[in-house]
Amino acid sequence: MTLVSGWGRFPVVDTDLLRPRSFEAVGEAVADVTGSVARGNGRAYGDAAIGTARTVAMTGFDRIRSFDPVTGRIRLEAGVLLADLIDTFGPRGFLPFVVPGTRFVSVGGAIAADVHGKNHHCEGGFGRYVDRIQLATGEGETIEVSREQNSDAFFATVGGMGLTGVILEASMRLRPVETGWIRERVIAASDLDAAMRALDAGDTATYSVAWIDCAARGRSLGRSLIYLGEHAGKDELADGADAFPLGRNPGLAVPIDMPSMTLNRYSIRAFNELYYRLGARRAGGSQLVSLYPYFFPLDSLADWNRIYGKRGFLQHQCVIPEAGARDVLGDILDRVARRGDASFLAVLKKLGQGDGLLSFPLPGYTLALDFPVKGGILEFLDEIDHLVVAAGGRLYLAKDARQSRATFEAGYPALPRFNAIRKSLDPKGNIRSKLSQRLFDEV
Amino acid sequence: MTSRKSVLVLGGSSDIGRAAARAFARSGYDVGLAGRDVAVLEPDAADLRARYSVEVGVYRFDVLDTAAFESFVGSLPALPDVVISIVGLLGTQESAQSDLAHATTIMRSNYEGPSLILGLFAEKFLTRGSGTLVGVSSVAGDRGRALNYIYGSAKAGFSAFLSGLRARASRGGVHVVTVKPGFVRTKMTEGMKLIGPLTVDAPVVGDAILRAVENKTDVVYVSGKWRLVMLIIKTLPEAVFKKLKF
Ligand SMILES: Cc1cc2nc3c(=O)[nH]c(=O)nc-3n(C[C@H](O)[C@H](O)[C@H](O)COP(=O)(O)OP(=O)(O)OC[C@H]3O[C@@H](n4cnc5c(N)ncnc54)[C@H](O)[C@@H]3O)c2cc1C
Ligand SMILES: NC(=O)c1ccc[n+]([C@@H]2O[C@H](COP(=O)([O-])OP(=O)(O)OC[C@H]3O[C@@H](n4cnc5c(N)ncnc54)[C@H](OP(=O)(O)O)[C@@H]3O)[C@@H](O)[C@H]2O)c1
Repeated sequence: MTLVSGWGRFPVVDTDLLRPRSFEAVGEAVADVTGSVARGNGRAYGDAAIGTARTVAMTGFDRIRSFDPVTGRIRLEAGVLLADLIDTFGPRGFLPFVVPGTRFVSVGGAIAADVHGKNHHCEGGFGRYVDRIQLATGEGETIEVSREQNSDAFFATVGGMGLTGVILEASMRLRPVETGWIRERVIAASDLDAAMRALDAGDTATYSVAWIDCAARGRSLGRSLIYLGEHAGKDELADGADAFPLGRNPGLAVPIDMPSMTLNRYSIRAFNELYYRLGARRAGGSQLVSLYPYFFPLDSLADWNRIYGKRGFLQHQCVIPEAGARDVLGDILDRVARRGDASFLAVLKKLGQGDGLLSFPLPGYTLALDFPVKGGILEFLDEIDHLVVAAGGRLYLAKDARQSRATFEAGYPALPRFNAIRKSLDPKGNIRSKLSQRLFDEV
Repeated sequence: MTSRKSVLVLGGSSDIGRAAARAFARSGYDVGLAGRDVAVLEPDAADLRARYSVEVGVYRFDVLDTAAFESFVGSLPALPDVVISIVGLLGTQESAQSDLAHATTIMRSNYEGPSLILGLFAEKFLTRGSGTLVGVSSVAGDRGRALNYIYGSAKAGFSAFLSGLRARASRGGVHVVTVKPGFVRTKMTEGMKLIGPLTVDAPVVGDAILRAVENKTDVVYVSGKWRLVMLIIKTLPEAVFKKLKF
């Protein structure tokens, strides 16, 4: 047995961690026990990638099956990391259509969470670019699912948090790009209204995201920097510039668990103030930045989750439908600012319609906040959840370690349909994660 | 045939072999993957072609079948620029202590076979006047330990073979690299308790092999920390060493 946790390092669970070496072995690993689930690169924050009895590690399956350099179509094993795809195919002119805020996620994990990037408002989520999935069901059988074939299972698998079975392989499209550079425009917004206006105005930008200073209060509540971005063409580069500079692997790492003291309301406030001021200085013009710092600002510090100390941390990510979002977001940010221990930065961005039955995105604004695990935080987040539910919103399962069943059921009206499909694929109920035990499974 | 350089990986199915093949293909080498089961090599060959647009061939090779070595080398479409022997067998020390057949297999898989095949390539390389040979040995060969001296002694023999071959071949324009991994997370060490800070993933070894070939390094420890660790272990007096339980 092995102690395993998500990126938030809470909760920590003892599980039978298996590393199968063949697809047949994957089928056997899930079929012969009640309570297993696939695990990708462990970047989900909470308990999604931990089986109730067994956890099936998939990162060993890291082969590309085929690639068409004309169309950008690729077939690959589910354990391939997006970092690997970017480094390998970027210089050849192709990138994933959708990347989350870290490149160290597997293709299987990206499909299972139907991850969104800074372009969700106009280009949709990861699943939109996936054509076919090869799935090992809880019975240990291998099936092909696509929009045409077993389409119910396809739309349950995209965003289904691994609960329809283990994704073995996928076929998808990559985006043709001319360079590895992003033309970035930074806009400083002095409060929440200005931030939301700037995001709305950024609807036509391919990429847009706002970093909120959540220590700011009163008239500055919601003060943000908005980052808009477009893929830069070759003609935008200076003569002799490298068209695709590769990102460096994180050199710096947080070597030990920091004492929980390191992050207190004063250090957070000072950091945010500095961050805002430095960013505001860049505001106005536009500049070329490498895609790595643009998409993955946190990846340069390995194991940064350790700065929250041994007890771990919680991320709270909600989405609020467009209508009425302003008031709810203001209310949440105000409570967070008063509490004073929220993350360095909160992220606000616009989402469009999700594709999978349980995909997180819906048209509206999503807000992501980090909190260290300590006294009173669970009660505090429950209160925030009430606001989210009342506004018709929901929480992101890939970030969750603590929402209640009531919050989950209110947010995901397609749940009964999902459960029916899951049951038909896995009548014995072999696939179970700590997340499904907490929120889905009959007790 | 292309004008690119080429590498042949013996033991292409191993995690370290796969990583080395990727490192070389990434920097533009055509690749040959050799192993006992050609079917398991095919997906890796397809992976290399899709990633790096290089030519990849797969070949059947059994390191215990020394009688077939001459014809194996002769059957290759061309003499590669680089040959890497990654083949090895950890086996089970405890059974090897009384099971002579098992002990023999460990010795042959880690010493006899890898030495003979690299020796054969060395003759061809010397005739041509160029080429690099890489042997993946182990820190276990630096000093025989109570817990794995059968494997360790075979690796020691292999290291000594490579050292001598290097001295002889360097005069003929042929370079020999000895790679000594410490702990690597692979199929071989799955489920074993390894010491975190001294353990690396297979791609680290693959990259180190490529660098050693390019820089004409003689002996590389991976991770580099093992050089010091082994220096200490090697200098312990026998009187002390024989009391240690590892
Ligand atoms: C710094 C950081 C930034 C992030 N930013 C974003 C963001 O901007 N947008 C966003 O959407 N997400 C974001 N995330 C969350 C992350 O993208 C998702 O949690 C993603 O699912 C992680 O992929 P993984 O390979 O690590 O999967 P894991 O964390 O290992 O697993 C996640 C889920 O996928 C399932 N799964 C994994 N592999 C398979 C498989 N082969 N078959 C079936 N199911 C599988 C697991 O069962 C689990 O339910 C971020 C996370 C971090 C740490
Ligand atoms: N992992 C470590 O910590 C570590 C440390 C020091 C040294 N090493 C050395 O590194 C090398 C690679 O090991 P690994 O860790 O990657 O483990 P591995 O996967 O077990 O590699 C062993 C390789 O040798 C091959 N092999 C064994 N017997 C063979 C035979 N008779 N004919 C042809 N091929 C044969 C195996 O092929 P099959 O796939 O067909 O079995 C496999 O490719 C080995 O030489 C090992 O001794 C490893």
